[in-house]
This record gives sequence, structure tokens and C-alpha cells, in this order.
Amino acid sequence: MEKKYGVYICTGCDIGKSLDIEKLAGVAAKSKVPICKNHPILCSPEGVELIKQDIAGEGVNTVIIAACSPRVMYDVFDFGPVLVERVNLREGVVWSHEANKAGGEGEEAAIDPEFQMLAEDYVRMGIVKAQKGELPEPYKPEEEINKKILVIGGGVTGMSAALDAASVGYEVTLVEKEKELGGFAAKLYKQAAKTYPYTDIETPDIQSKISAVSSHAKIDVRTETEVARIAGAPGLYHVSFKPAGTETEWDVPPKVVAEEEAKAGEGAKPSEGGEAAQAEAGGRVYKDILAIDENAERYGAVVLATGWKPYDATKLDSLGFGKYPNVITNVMMEELASKESLVRPSDGKPAKSVAFIQCAGQRDEKHLPYCSATCCITSLKQARYVREQGDDAKAFIFYKDMRTPGQYENFYKSMQQDPGVFLTKGDVVSITEDAKKNLTVEVDNTLIGEKITVNVDMVVLATGMVPTTQNEAILNLAYRQGPSLIDLELFNGFADSNFICFPYETRRTGVYAAGCVRQPMNIPMCEDDAAGAALKAIQCIESAYRGVSVHPRSGDMSYPDFFFARCTQCKRCTEECPFGALDDDERGTPKPNPTRCRRCGTCMGACPERIIGFKNYNIDMIGSMVKSFEVPEEDGIYRVIAFVCENDAYPAMDMAAMKGLKLPAAIRVIPVRCLGSMNMVWIKDAMSRGIDGIILLGCKYGDDYQCHFAKGSELANRRMDNVGETLKSLALESERVKLVQVAIDEYDKIPQIFNEFMEQMEAIGPSPMKGF
Amino acid sequence: MTSGTGPVSGTILVVGGGISGLTAALEAAEVGYDVILVEKNPYLGGRVAQLNKYFPKLCPPTCGLEINFKRIKTNPRVKFYTLAEVEKVSGSPGNYDVSVKITPRYVNEKCVACNACAEVCPVTRENDFNFGMDTNKAAYKPHDMAFPMQYVIDGKVCQKESCAKCVAVCKYDAIDLKMEPKNLELKVGSIVWATGWNPYDAAKMDNLGFGKYKNVITNMMMERLAAPNGPTAGKILRPSDGKEIQKIAFVQCAGSRDENHLPYCSYICCLASLKQATYVAEQYPDAKIFIYYIDIRTPGRYENFYRKVAANPNISLIKGKVAQIEEDPATKDVTVVAENTATGAKVREKVDMAVLAAGMQPMMAGTDISLNAPLNESSFVLADPQRGISACGCAKEPLDVVSCAETATGAAMKAIQTLVRR
Repeated sequence: MEKKYGVYICTGCDIGKSLDIEKLAGVAAKSKVPICKNHPILCSPEGVELIKQDIAGEGVNTVIIAACSPRVMYDVFDFGPVLVERVNLREGVVWSHEANKAGGEGEEAAIDPEFQMLAEDYVRMGIVKAQKGELPEPYKPEEEINKKILVIGGGVTGMSAALDAASVGYEVTLVEKEKELGGFAAKLYKQAAKTYPYTDIETPDIQSKISAVSSHAKIDVRTETEVARIAGAPGLYHVSFKPAGTETEWDVPPKVVAEEEAKAGEGAKPSEGGEAAQAEAGGRVYKDILAIDENAERYGAVVLATGWKPYDATKLDSLGFGKYPNVITNVMMEELASKESLVRPSDGKPAKSVAFIQCAGQRDEKHLPYCSATCCITSLKQARYVREQGDDAKAFIFYKDMRTPGQYENFYKSMQQDPGVFLTKGDVVSITEDAKKNLTVEVDNTLIGEKITVNVDMVVLATGMVPTTQNEAILNLAYRQGPSLIDLELFNGFADSNFICFPYETRRTGVYAAGCVRQPMNIPMCEDDAAGAALKAIQCIESAYRGVSVHPRSGDMSYPDFFFARCTQCKRCTEECPFGALDDDERGTPKPNPTRCRRCGTCMGACPERIIGFKNYNIDMIGSMVKSFEVPEEDGIYRVIAFVCENDAYPAMDMAAMKGLKLPAAIRVIPVRCLGSMNMVWIKDAMSRGIDGIILLGCKYGDDYQCHFAKGSELANRRMDNVGETLKSLALESERVKLVQVAIDEYDKIPQIFNEFMEQMEAIGPSPMKGF
Repeated sequence: MTSGTGPVSGTILVVGGGISGLTAALEAAEVGYDVILVEKNPYLGGRVAQLNKYFPKLCPPTCGLEINFKRIKTNPRVKFYTLAEVEKVSGSPGNYDVSVKITPRYVNEKCVACNACAEVCPVTRENDFNFGMDTNKAAYKPHDMAFPMQYVIDGKVCQKESCAKCVAVCKYDAIDLKMEPKNLELKVGSIVWATGWNPYDAAKMDNLGFGKYKNVITNMMMERLAAPNGPTAGKILRPSDGKEIQKIAFVQCAGSRDENHLPYCSYICCLASLKQATYVAEQYPDAKIFIYYIDIRTPGRYENFYRKVAANPNISLIKGKVAQIEEDPATKDVTVVAENTATGAKVREKVDMAVLAAGMQPMMAGTDISLNAPLNESSFVLADPQRGISACGCAKEPLDVVSCAETATGAAMKAIQTLVRR
């Protein structure tokens, strides 16, 4: 498509009164843009009509709007399939910079040439960006997108997710490694009521769920089954199943760590006749991740609902578990209670007095550092089991904090009113056993102000939940970055999200965790969570089907293109992609999986050969913007480029402008999708043109990272090491390039950040590269 | 969509444009459904827009809101109305009739947020966004990061045509003081209630002195005091005299877990107070911070946050319910009286300011029966998928932001089920 450009300058919102608009229009003329118009209020119906007329009448298909920030009036300046570039004159220039140099006595204040130049440079950059950009087209894989959903785990969460997805027409396969569906919920004697007033205990409704799942025409249940490997990508998964607990030839290879890789390299070569590549690990030979299992089944997305395992109570010998037969766990208690009568293990004697010890091996850095969220309610409920035996039955609950959040407070209250239930905060000092296997529990720091001792028939330890993802890959992803979800150590092994606002976001597109594998939670919450995960799975499939990205660039049609002829197989893109979107083949050439891709451009930033780019965001585009404006050689005039993350730092800059905070006019801002997409060549190009300094503004990184692409800003920071070398090769000071972390609400700090950087540049002096 | 897996027809109505409503609306729209979102405030973002930081990451809520607003901007399937309140719901699943009343904004979409109207406006009003801790003009921007970025005129205090200075000064023809309330009749297939909560009226607890003593504030007020775009530009200063903080008390379960007020636990207050303790500790490293609690409730991995905060030697956690707060009329210092249930001792602590962890009252409390929303005795909405009614976030039960987003995504699923089942 041949482009026909139109530049439209808004002169409202102080733009016209602060800038020399004629000169600004001159920039467009010099760039041979055939149409350049201005309007006093471009966003008014008349202004928009002006543009629409040119689109219809003049065939303009590439529109450059020099007005306000792209964050506002987005709907007004939407012309359908027309490439629109926004030049941010209002927030980016007029509102955030001093327009005038103070005039002398009697003189009129004149427009500061630096201020005018800033606006002109932004128009130049906008035009170049429009020249180098293309409208993206959705990604359409050769293979048809499959809409089936794989749910792993047949407990309450997995079954709920399967039913939710199936009820809106999606086919589901539900795999469960045990013989029966139901998980822990099926092992419960009773559950705390799920509805108001939350004071009763009731028989779990799990059996009806099991029958609903088993009889649903769209749900294929496979018990005693595990996933051997999940190869491919969202919409295009190829899943190999296996009988639970077995080894098969399609088991996914464990993650190859760098040192082993060189060793395994030999074995990973393709064998003659194009047979599947193999990898060796731990003495076992595995099929390479790219090998194709002809019998694999096709899926579109995955719900991970494998739940939890009870914490290993044998580690709690200090509480008598394993030593004394009548010290049991809360999980064992459910089983005991399900029997005809509640009797203790040692001698089958009715357990008429039972002590419950909360947080057994929990909230304890020696065991589980976290709280399992459900155990307080569980013990209160189990105390009810004890009390159901009659008035002579007694329950004692020793807790650190009674945690019954929300409306379950009502359940707690109902138990407090029961005279047969004794509740106190306290620290268990000891548990001892007498000859008759009765137990004595000694508790200190109780609320009645003294050390107390109780003699009981049985002790129940409220042990916690260990997520199944703690030690097992489970998903067995055939991904070059490894078979499991990554970074789970940040979440104590749970398959949780780092994001508060986006709880289903993980670093593996198309995989959505729900239930207790994600966080400790009660049954109603598991059901809600399952519904959410099912929706995310469907959404991912439909997005893949439409060829667009999922969160956080949801709906984005662009995707990275690779010019493989120049690839040197350095693997940086494969290793650095925060979402593991790339695999590499036996020769080390990256294999992109666009439906795994979140379009952050980290691969583009990582590539030393500059062979990766998007239609509307690429090396040439940003590189050309860097080169599009003049670098003045006069003394005392500096030029700095700020590469600014468009997610957090750029809105913060808009906000600073709205607050009237002023920035130095020497800085040219270039928004980037994520700092992870920063390619070093831009820095090199800029520096060799005589740009005095480069500042990068990105999201906070570290354990509580705010980067929407998880690793982008951190990776950019790591690449800063290489920048030093680049600068050295140009005989420049390393202080000329700096990365600063800015949260979206830190707009008030931006002037200081920029001013300090300018002072630093002035201290170092102008770049010696000017004029080369 | 391919046959058999797609929607039949219908639109989803989401009531409430806070984090839950935004999430429910966007998650459904990104599957491919049409959604109408109604919000009674002049801006989207709801309660979280007033928060300074989220626990446990201590990250700014605007970060996630910005992404959600970007999603709205790029998704034509979401249509939203601000200053809009649902008045009546009738009909059946797949076929609901909903009446929505739209209060005039007096500012149209031509507004460029230039602030000229506010500059000339002669009327000041209590700034409700900051819980009355400062004032703004009758023509105002709801807050710095407001979306949509449009001014609004408070019709209750504006002098209208008799003044009209704003009309004269607006270069963009964006002000229309003759704007009338409008009624919108919507046809929708299913409804998601995401109406959120109000802070419980702390003045109802006589013994705690809120409303009588200036230096007794609520936890939501504390968020505004700590927020960079708040009444004190983020500096935590006590209201009576703007004095810096040397000693501060947090009073947990102020209204919650109390049969006379809110019988349930509001879930977030322990974490909110721990978080706010970090605000104080950051600004005043030597300040003494006292947290009075019944139980510290930091479920799940929030325990890690609790452990981290509690490690600060200036933060004391005292198990005990506060019985009384008294004011020294001369200094305006307040004394917190409680019984330490661990030691049995009665404790009195004189502090510069006390923060009440006021609980969550569902926004639906006291609403009209014509909304046809099934409520429980505490006014939380009961989801009824058979009726095409779902609920999420704090309209459903007291929840943290993470669970709000989870339940909202789940509610989007349930809403879609209603449309497909028809």
C-alpha cells in the first residue's frame, strides 16, 4: 500500500499560542508531506471532519496528529484502517516546558528556540515513525487454532473449570491422576456452609459435581492419567498423555542448565533420516522438545488445577506426630469423622476430647512460612464433629490468630457460643502421652493469663497446604525455558501471579492456574477462581483465533517477525523472552511461537543482529527516529534522548505535564513498549551522532516487580553492562547512559530525575562525537 | 467464533466501574461479548482510585488502572457511562430491562481538561474524593488520573446561569449548564453486580470519637493523606494542626466483627493497617506505631507481608480491642484506651493521631427493592446464575483486590453462561 501522508496540527490547548505554528508546518513540508493543515480545536467535530475529508477525498491513509498525548482523545482520532501517529505537543512540549526565554527590560518575551526546536523535532520524529510503520495484520498460523481446553486436576477446582467451559460450548478434557474425581473435597466429611448465615456445616456437594462432570457430553474425563508433555503454543498445543506414575518416551526433558547444555549438545543433534532429536539428562534419553508425537492430542489452552498436598507431618515430631498414634492431622480427621463414629487410632476408643493445634508447621519459617487460610475454619468445623458426639464431648482449639475472614466470622461466632468448645490463643509448649495413649497438651501465653494443661483423647494438627507445583513440573511444557511455570519461588512455590490487578497472569501464556495450586483458599473461592481461569482460557483461545495478543497488550495484532537468514543462533531471544515464547531447533535457530507472545519486544531488544521487529515497532523505526532530528553543535546546547516505557513512565510524564511541572527542553522522549525492547543499537546510533546522553525510564523491578512484561525493565538494566563497553568503544563516559525506575505515581520526581541527568551531562561536558 | 462455541446474543450489564466492574467488563469483552458498564461516580476506578498503594507489593493502584483504561480505549465492545445509576431492573435472564439515571456532568466530551473552568469558578465544595479533608471548585477534575479525563460540575453547588463564568472562559464549547438528567433504557441479557463498598460510618461508634475529634480518622482517609495526589500532597500530617507524626495508633475492627455494627470481618483491614504502618514508618522512621487488634488476619502468603512489617521494632502489635478514645482538648492529642487481652492489663496510649480500621459496608445497603438484586441480611449480593445475576468483588463479600479481580473474572464467565444457555 502506497502511503499518503497528512500532518494535522492542533493549535488549541496553548499549542498555538506558545509555538510558531508556521515553522512547525514547515517541518512537514520539508519532509515532503503533501498535506499539512492546522485547526484551532482539532478534536472538535469540525477538526475531525477536516481529517476525514482528506482521508475520503485526498486518499490520505497515514495521519500524523500533532496535538495532545495519545492517552487522550484516542476515540476521536480513530479513523478505522488508517495508520495514525500521535505527536504529543500538548503534554510533551507545551505544558511541560517553559515556552519563553525571559525578555530583557522592555523587550517582549520571545519563544525560546530550544522550545520551538523540541516541538519541531517531535513532528519530525512522528513523520519518520509513520513512514517506517505499517498497519499490523493478525497472526494466522498454518495449523488451525484448536479450541479444546485441557484441565489438569479433577478436584473441586478442576471440575468447576471443566463445567464452566463446557457449559458455554467448549470441549474439555479433564485429567486426574487418581482413580476417582473429587480431590480433597471428596474426602471431607462435612464442609462449612457456603451460604448465609454461614453458621452450619453441610455435606459437600461434590458428588453432584462429579456426576455433572462425568455425564457432560463435552467433558472427556480421564482418571489415572497424567500429562507427559505439552508441546506447542496457545491454540496449537499438542499434548501427550500417559498413565499416572509411569515413564514414557514422550516425557518432557528436564530443564537443561547452561553447563550441562554443552555436554548434552552432542546428543541433541538430529539423527539420520530426520528422526526426532533427543536430549540426555540424568542418564535418561528424552525426545527433544520439538520432536513431534504423532499421537498427541490438540488443545487450545490449559487450566492448571492440581491443588495441594498436605504438609509432611512427620516433620512435626515436636508435636508428637509419628510418635504418638493419637496425634493426627486435619486431613486424617476428615477420614476419621466420615466413619460411623469418631474413634481414635490407637484403640478405637471414642475421641470425646480433642485438642486442635492451629498453624502446625505453618506461619513458621522452619516449615511453611505462610498461612494456609482455611485451617481455622477447618478446625472449627472439626470441633463441631467432636461436639456432635454429645454434651460430654469437648474440643479445645489453640491458635495464634483466629482467621475467619469475611462472613465466615459468623461460623466462628457460632462456635464461640458453644460451651463445649474452648478457644484460646496460646503457644503449645509440649504434647506428651501416657500409658493409655491419652495425650496431655501444655499451652503457654493463653488469654486466661496462665499456663494451662489439658488431657485429651486425641490431638489434631492443623497442617497446611503445599502446592503441587512446589516440587513437580506437572505442566511438563515442552518449552526451551523449561517444563514448569517459572519464578514460583517468589510465591512460595504456588502457581500464583505477581500481579495484584491481574491474578491470572503468569509467565506462560495460555496456562491459567486456579484453586489451591495458586493460593490457599476455601471451596467457594476455588469455584469462583475456576470460573475465572476457565474464562481466561477461553479468552486466550479466542484471541489466538483472532490472531491478536492477550494481556497486557490485549487485542494487539502486531507480532514479531524474524529475518532468519542473518540469525547467528546466539539464543538470546530464546533465553530472555519473559514468556518463553521462543524455542530453538537443533541448530539453535529460534522457533517463534506467536500465540505465546505478549508483544513486548524483549526479543527485539535482545537481538544483536537486529533481525527481529514488528510491523509497527521495529529497529529501523526507532533508529530512524533517533536519527531524524538535528544535533546542534553550539556550545551549551545539549541533546538527550529519553526512552520511556509507555506503560508506567509515559503516563507519569503526562501527569507531570498536567500538573505544570517543567522539564528541560534538551530531552527528546521516545516511548517504547517496554524497556526490554530497548536495542543497544539505538544507544550506539544516538551516541555516535553526538547525542550527549541517554536516559531510560522503566518500571520497578525486583521481587515486587511492576513491569507488565515481568522482566523487561530488569533485562534492560542487565544490558546496561554492555552499554558501558559500547560507550568505551566510542571513548565516551559510562555516565552518559542511565536507567531510572519510575512508578506511575512518581510523576513529581520526573523533573528532578531529568534535571539531575542534565546537570550530570553538563558536568561531563558535551559529547565529543558531535559533528562527526 | 466457530459454530457451537459462540454467544447467541445479548449484552452484559456491569454495575459499578471499580476494579471489580472494570475487570468483569473487560474480561467478558475480550472474549468477544458486548458490555455496558455503568458507574455512579464521574470517573472509573472506584475505591482503588483513592488508594495510595496496594498491599503487599506497595505498588500504586493507578498502574493497573492505567492498563485497564487502555484496554477500554482499544476495545469497542465496552461502552461505559459515568454519573450513571441503575434505578430499576425488570425482566428475565437474557431479557432484562434496566433503567439507568444519568446525572448531568454539565461538561461534554469536548472538554480537554485545561482547568480554565476551575480557575474562574467562584464556588468551593468539600472534596469528597479526599473525604472532605480539602476543598475544590464546583467545576473540578475528580482526581489527577481521572478517566475519562474530563471535568465535571457539581450541580448541587454550582450557581448555574446566574454565574456561568466557566461557560464564558471555556474555549472548547465544552460546558452546558442546561444539561438535564437523562434516563437510559437498556436491554441486557445478564447482569453483574460490582457495586463495591462504602467505609462504615465511623461516627456510629460513639466511644471512638470519630467526627468529634479531628485527629481520629478512618483508614480510607489515611490513604488520601499518604497519596501524592491527596490533600497534603502525600505528607502524612494530622488534621487538627498539620503536625508531623511521632506516635500513631491503628484501631482494628472499628465496626467490623461487632454485632452492633458489622457482624462480619472486613478481610482487608489488618493488611491495610500493616500497609499504612509502612507509610508512616517510611515518612517518620522514628515514629512509634501501635496496632490494636483482636486477631491479625493475614491469610495465605500475606503472612510474609505481616512478618516483614512486624519486624520493625517501632511497630507494636497489641492484642486487645480499643474501648475508648479520648481527646486532650488543649493539644488535640488522643488517648487510646484498650485492654491487652494477652496480659489482662488496661493500656492507655497517648498518640498524635488514631486511625480507625473502618469496615466495609456493601454499597447495596439501603438500596431500593426495584433493583431486583438478591441480597443477604448483610446486604451482600447473592449470585444467582439461574437468574442471570452474578456478583463480584466487595459487592459479593469482603475481599482484597486480588480476589476482587478473580471473582470479577469468574462473574464474567457466569454472565456469558447466561447468554449462551438461552
